[in-house]
Amino acid sequence: MKKTLFDKVWDAHVVKKTEDGPQILYIDKHLIHEVTSPQAFEELEQRGIPVFRPDQIVATADHNTPTENQHLPIKDELSRNQLERLTENCKKNGITLYGLGHQYNGIVHVMAPELGITQPGMTMVCGDSHTSTHGAFGTIAFGIGTSQVAQVFASQCLLLQKPKSLRVNVNGQLRPGVLPKDVILYIIAKLGTNVGTGYFCEYAGNVFEDMSMEGRMTVCNMSIEMGARGGMIAPDDTTFEYIKGKEFAPSGAEFDKKVAYWKTLPTDKGALFDKEYHFDAADIEPMITYGTNPGMGIKISENIPSENNPSFEKSLAYMNFEKGQSLIDQKINFVFIGSCTNSRIEDFRIAANYIKGKKKATNVTAWFVPGSQLVAKQIAKEGLKEIFEEAGFKLRQPGCSACLAMNDDKIPEGEYCVSTSNRNFEGRQGQGARTILASPLIAAATAIEGKIIDITKQQLN
Amino acid sequence: MDPFIRLISSAIPLSIENVDTDQIIPARFLKGTSRKGFGENLFRDWRYHKDGSINNDFVLNDTTYSGKILVAGDNFGCGSSREHAAWAIDDYGFNVVVSSFFADIFKGNALNNGVLPIQVTPEYLQELFNEIKKDANTQIEVDLQAQKITLIATESSASFEISSYKKTCLINGYDDIDFLISNTSEIEEFEKAQV
Repeated sequence: MKKTLFDKVWDAHVVKKTEDGPQILYIDKHLIHEVTSPQAFEELEQRGIPVFRPDQIVATADHNTPTENQHLPIKDELSRNQLERLTENCKKNGITLYGLGHQYNGIVHVMAPELGITQPGMTMVCGDSHTSTHGAFGTIAFGIGTSQVAQVFASQCLLLQKPKSLRVNVNGQLRPGVLPKDVILYIIAKLGTNVGTGYFCEYAGNVFEDMSMEGRMTVCNMSIEMGARGGMIAPDDTTFEYIKGKEFAPSGAEFDKKVAYWKTLPTDKGALFDKEYHFDAADIEPMITYGTNPGMGIKISENIPSENNPSFEKSLAYMNFEKGQSLIDQKINFVFIGSCTNSRIEDFRIAANYIKGKKKATNVTAWFVPGSQLVAKQIAKEGLKEIFEEAGFKLRQPGCSACLAMNDDKIPEGEYCVSTSNRNFEGRQGQGARTILASPLIAAATAIEGKIIDITKQQLN
Repeated sequence: MDPFIRLISSAIPLSIENVDTDQIIPARFLKGTSRKGFGENLFRDWRYHKDGSINNDFVLNDTTYSGKILVAGDNFGCGSSREHAAWAIDDYGFNVVVSSFFADIFKGNALNNGVLPIQVTPEYLQELFNEIKKDANTQIEVDLQAQKITLIATESSASFEISSYKKTCLINGYDDIDFLISNTSEIEEFEKAQV
């Protein structure tokens, strides 16, 4: 039988099938962070169950951490307590933790791939819905709830119904200024926020084949925004090159052996998907969102559509936008470049390339937050830090930051923020804050201009 | 987990679509380290104005409505995987959420906490909204064994899907950890075969 990439990885991890019911799926790597793990540790402790495979768990602190003065004690008592609990729990259970200030600390979906922890053909989970990011490596990776975190602690397995399969194909030539973020925002705008619910999505076509690993991660990251638990891209030479030499990647003969296996993973020709969609790359433009879910996106040169339903109208009222309005020239006071979607080195290279020799708009407050310590180090090494500083921008320390505004990085009420993150839900970036999702290029341009500009009218190099 | 078998209650109508988990429980309230106490911040930014005063326009603050059933618009629970959303709903006192569509992770989280997500057709959902609007005290019966939800006054009912495994778990108050640990020897066999 012809198999998909997803089938191959899934089938290799089934411990046991039950008749017409859930399957026991083995989990290779379990990533944890401070927010969704304490209750799982507590549950195990209360029931007297030990952590089954602590060596297969890696912890980081990211969601609830400050992005300034990380060397100082955390002021907020609840946040400090949550981080202390993570440290204690990891110590007690023999789990590796890359805590605040550690050279490997960072957003869980940025640090694991760059350390070579994420590898093709693996199953990976984390108590965070953007775990789908790791699918960029041809990995089955998905977000889980805290009860499931406890299940993986207890058994290194999960009890799951096998999801259905979905493939999104994008072929053709992308236009200048169209980035991976635009590709995924376009797909979600076309297909809606629940097309993937109950499915695992594979992205195929030359557009994804031509992308860097950073770009592929941006795409897979937002799979959950169309409802899919995970998104995957077939591993290829780009993948193998990225992994080679990473801290925890296999090396020497072991690496070659792995590559030989990884090469067997791509979807067989003729394998069938439950749903399939095709898009033409040439139709994609730089995208922005205008509403309060990631499916409410338009090409930057388009106007907001007119829909007559209460949820749509409630959303526009929250954003203080009108039906039919263009967002070009909309004044913007806040810009955020960061999050597990767009905080990798490539994103900062794109921003720096645009910003070089220009000055930050005086009305703009911009937060540039690298995804990890390694990204921050690379930014300095490549001289991007100077470019940002000369333009009037200051880099902050790694963390999830204003993507979910659990720490102090909150956008004030009523303000618009052009953000490279993944969710524009009401209040996501702070109570009453209005989020406009976009690529790092659009975010950089907005930070320079102080308003949204039609990037398609610019000469881009 | 408390067993769930049958429930008769009035319901609270939340006729908003795409209710995401950031609305159910905003991120700034995720700093707790136990499962308790999230109910007081359920739908926080819809229930309260920014100055902390009560938003009387929000349905949870409308004393006309009460009950252990939340009836919500399409695509309920989308967004973040935070189980705090399910804990908040449970802690507030809801045992059942009815919608025409649920996001995956939320649905699993609810089931793992003894909160029953019931997916009905858009037509039946509308019927529920209409009947609750007509009579805020209208009683709804949820029978998990029969997989049936009924508007008692009109006797209009709908059946709903649930995996037989999850149904057994809910009825008996079991959870997945018990089941997984009972398979430890098979899991170890699987691990050995990988090397």
